[in-house]
Amino acid sequence: MRLTLNVWRQKGKDDAGGFVKYDVPDVSEHMSFLEMLDVLNQRLILKGEAPVAFDHDCREGICGMCGFMINGQAHGPLRGTTVCQLHMRHYKDGDELWLEPWRAAAFPVVRDLAVDRSAFDKIVAAGGYVSVSTGSAPDGNAIPVPKEIADRAMDAAACIGCGACVASCPNASASLFTGAKIAHLGFLPQGQPERERRALAMVAQMDLEQFGGCTLFGECQDACPKGISIDVIARMNRDYWLSALFSAPPSAGAAASG
Amino acid sequence: MSSTAPAATQRITLFYQDYVGKKVAMALSGVVLFGYVIIHMAGNLQIFAGREQLNAYAQALHANVPLLWIARIVLLLAVGIHFYTGISLAGASRAARPVRYQVKGQRHPNLAGRTMALSGLVLAAFIVFHILHLTTGTVQPAPFADLRPYDNMVNSFRVIPVAGFYVLSVCLLGLHLYHGAWSMFQSVGFNHPRYTPALRRFAAVFAFLLAIGFSVVPIAVLTGMVR
Repeated sequence: MRLTLNVWRQKGKDDAGGFVKYDVPDVSEHMSFLEMLDVLNQRLILKGEAPVAFDHDCREGICGMCGFMINGQAHGPLRGTTVCQLHMRHYKDGDELWLEPWRAAAFPVVRDLAVDRSAFDKIVAAGGYVSVSTGSAPDGNAIPVPKEIADRAMDAAACIGCGACVASCPNASASLFTGAKIAHLGFLPQGQPERERRALAMVAQMDLEQFGGCTLFGECQDACPKGISIDVIARMNRDYWLSALFSAPPSAGAAASG
Repeated sequence: MSSTAPAATQRITLFYQDYVGKKVAMALSGVVLFGYVIIHMAGNLQIFAGREQLNAYAQALHANVPLLWIARIVLLLAVGIHFYTGISLAGASRAARPVRYQVKGQRHPNLAGRTMALSGLVLAAFIVFHILHLTTGTVQPAPFADLRPYDNMVNSFRVIPVAGFYVLSVCLLGLHLYHGAWSMFQSVGFNHPRYTPALRRFAAVFAFLLAIGFSVVPIAVLTGMVR
């Protein structure tokens, strides 16, 4: 099949970008979307032009590295699919597509379709961890976790941090991402000691990174390749305000030694 | 980080600075306003019980002056918080995406949610007009008499543009609450697989009933059912 692509080309963070139209004549329906871009890039390299930059790694839909907007939809039109797992059989001959990078103040464009998602790393670094004792590995299943709770923690832990939620959110909010990280640790017994600090620190970092606020449009959960529900946002809000207003102050002894 | 615990007032200021705090402020002020519009509608519907009933109800509300002013101040505070916080949240959202998308590909149909700021602004304009019109009588499309709501409503809703603006505004109120009355629970973190779908239905039903309950009065006057 033959496709027309309008691709956002931008040299660097501070350069002005714009759409460039490419004709891609020999697209096989068996290609993934990224393989189709590989073919385009091969052609551009042979012509002596700069290839289109895009992020990718595993190409199996599990690493969270790839992602851009296709016709205004994060990862393209298929539900529960990253762009590397989107195959060209979902398009037909003559289709014209618009490829844009994730657009958010917190995600500056590095080049073309690749954006800098360090803001996500900073949110995780602020509190997305649990403390564990060093030493020999603990016995498996030593801490009982009800099946339902383990399942819900796992649903939230499915987040691969691709950024589709921010990209598709009309407010460019990172609430689904942050909510998922807070929920996947907060559901489990191992996540309880830091639970209050985690919600406060991660929400504060999210604000610092200039993400917008959540208005519960529900666009993110439809765009999420892992189908994470906006329920995690309600959970984040609850953890946050309970901690902000009611977390216990440090004891006098801790204050003196700290 | 300071090792001393923040004082209660400090905690609230710090809390409001973060966006979750602003969402909680929206939800709490929203629930006050939501409760108020239900009472307001119940009052309005007394127009169908006749002139004496409605005018007596209005006079009864005004009989206790301190209580009346407490209610007015609470409402004014709720409107102020809701308006200011809403504007600042909308501003943060715009700043969070300085470059817009060339092509829009919305997946999740959510007309009510996406028009919250717009319906909110129209409602704010409506509230100002409504108070000047039927509370103070400053704007008089028709003869106005203090504390005679039955006569004031019948007189002014005969003016088609006035009745039209009221009906349009209360329909927007329904749209606003269709999203707001459900999402306020999410904002304060009340979420449960069993109750959240029920809350969505509750919001939809209330939004619909409020839009109908409020617009039935101007429509009844226009069609001559109430005269």
